[in-house]
Amino acid sequence: MSVIVSGVLLLLVLTAVLIASLRDLWACIMATGIYSFLGAGWMLLLDAPDVAFTEAAVGAGVSTVLMLTTISLTGCRLRPVAVGRKAMAAVVVSVTGAALVYGTLDMPEFGDPQAPIQVYPNPSFVDKSQSDMHGLPNVVTAVLASYRGYDTLGETTVILTAGIAVMLILKRQEQPDATAEAELDDAPANSPPREIAT
Amino acid sequence: MNIFPIIRIVTKLLIPYILLFGFYVQFHGDFGPGGGFQAGVVIAAAIILYGLVFGLQSAMRVAPPWLVEKAMAVGVLVYAGTGMISMFRGDAFLNYESLEHNVGNHQIPSGQHLGIFLVELGVGITVTAVMIMIFFTFAGRRRMPDAQWCATDSPTEPRRV
Repeated sequence: MSVIVSGVLLLLVLTAVLIASLRDLWACIMATGIYSFLGAGWMLLLDAPDVAFTEAAVGAGVSTVLMLTTISLTGCRLRPVAVGRKAMAAVVVSVTGAALVYGTLDMPEFGDPQAPIQVYPNPSFVDKSQSDMHGLPNVVTAVLASYRGYDTLGETTVILTAGIAVMLILKRQEQPDATAEAELDDAPANSPPREIAT
Repeated sequence: MNIFPIIRIVTKLLIPYILLFGFYVQFHGDFGPGGGFQAGVVIAAAIILYGLVFGLQSAMRVAPPWLVEKAMAVGVLVYAGTGMISMFRGDAFLNYESLEHNVGNHQIPSGQHLGIFLVELGVGITVTAVMIMIFFTFAGRRRMPDAQWCATDSPTEPRRV
């Protein structure tokens, strides 16, 4: 592993530990932004520039902004929690961590051309994309938009659904509705609970 | 909002280039790295940046919510519509080979090319609109009454000291 690769990975781990130990939510959000940006750098090292700038734009940009907007609504104080040191928790975390590290031991070397990911889907997929796509050079786009077009349609629908869900849950009501809603909210508080006529 | 002149000016300088990069990623995605999703988030990031610096109302003038709302669905419609067109031309759903045709005497370079272009356009429209709409809905919320002031303020209003 080169110095840059191990440096980025080390910084990722350090940022993760920092995020876990911080109690100030504002600083925490900044740290997650830094983490995403380091993640983008890591993706770039893995030769995935499109994933890298998605990560930079969504992870470091948009989601940081969304979290900042959220704490500007809710306040940035974390309710103090009694931090106890529990032996059981330590054991569970250590065992899980050890199992995960053990799982990585028989993973192929970084960048190994014989790794399953390089040989399994069929190398000719890369070879035949040029002729299938009539000379379109970007194999990633060819796979995403053409060979796997149906999947990408599903993903786009998922994004639309997520947007609709956010709008349904969070969208502020229009003014007349808001007052009507306020009246509805007030009504049960001022009047005794309505009895169901039988 | 007359505070933070440096941030305002730098933002104004940056936004055209962010948008240009977004469109480059969108329309050059079949040749270089990128595609609809990447372009969508980059373009949305430009508008969100504008909203952060100049206020939610200004951002809503640039991207009116009714338009953004419609665009969310239009993107998926463009995507699925491309698939339907290839179906009506007697091919499988989302098989772009059948999109190959002539416009007058000029032949469209390749059906695959056209199909990927349209599909990525659909993805780009949806992703841009959804990201902007999520920001609008988050930023448009009113502050909870018991929220404590802290280092950040709502992006829609200047910091109260």
